Amino acid sequence: MKADVTLDCFGLLCPMPIIKTQEKMKELKVGQVLEVLSTDEGIKADMPAWCKATGQEFLGIEEKEGEYRVYIKKIST
Amino acid sequence: MEKEKFNIVVFSGDLDKVLAAFILATTAASMNMEVNMFFTFWGLNVLRKKKLTSGKNLLQKMMNFMNKGGADRLPLSKFNMLGIGPAMMKIMMKQAKVPSIEEFIKLAKSLGVKLIACTTTFNFMGFQKDDFIEGIDYFAGAATFLQLAREGRISYFL
Repeated sequence: MKADVTLDCFGLLCPMPIIKTQEKMKELKVGQVLEVLSTDEGIKADMPAWCKATGQEFLGIEEKEGEYRVYIKKIST
Repeated sequence: MEKEKFNIVVFSGDLDKVLAAFILATTAASMNMEVNMFFTFWGLNVLRKKKLTSGKNLLQKMMNFMNKGGADRLPLSKFNMLGIGPAMMKIMMKQAKVPSIEEFIKLAKSLGVKLIACTTTFNFMGFQKDDFIEGIDYFAGAATFLQLAREGRISYFL
């Protein structure tokens, strides 16, 4: 999946990827896609939950050898 | 749209419990919630400066000599072992890149989390404003918390 901005959260545990995602999303324009890189398995459940709470669109997650790439589209400011 | 409120009473001054409180508080703030942390009893130690002791009379001074303040001097609720447990835990947290309680306080502030300190504990323990770190939003009592809880979606006591 193609992203406009990538946020590297490799090695960070909950809740840091979520907090950093929130900060990063402020820099994106509506319609842009953020890619979050994480090694925390919790991200699989946490990111859809965060999207639901903040009104952003969860596009999907790619998993490869314990590395997660999460894609979120900014749809609300 | 008015933000949903997440309120948490931090009664405990134990490192492990306070860590859980800050994880929830900073996450809730990142989920666009209005977060209020109400520090009372041992929880006030999180917001105290590191001093030898505090208090106005002898009993208060004796109590606060034992009841040490400072976010980096909190004991563990289990395996405290005169401070060996928390020292080990802090190293393990650092290795896992988990922020310290001091870092969590700064993070919470930057995310707009409100830090409220209990006036009753403040008074009977003989504290003074100077015993506390910068960044406390206000001092208040039980009615304030209950009103926040009435307005809030989620309120916890830890």
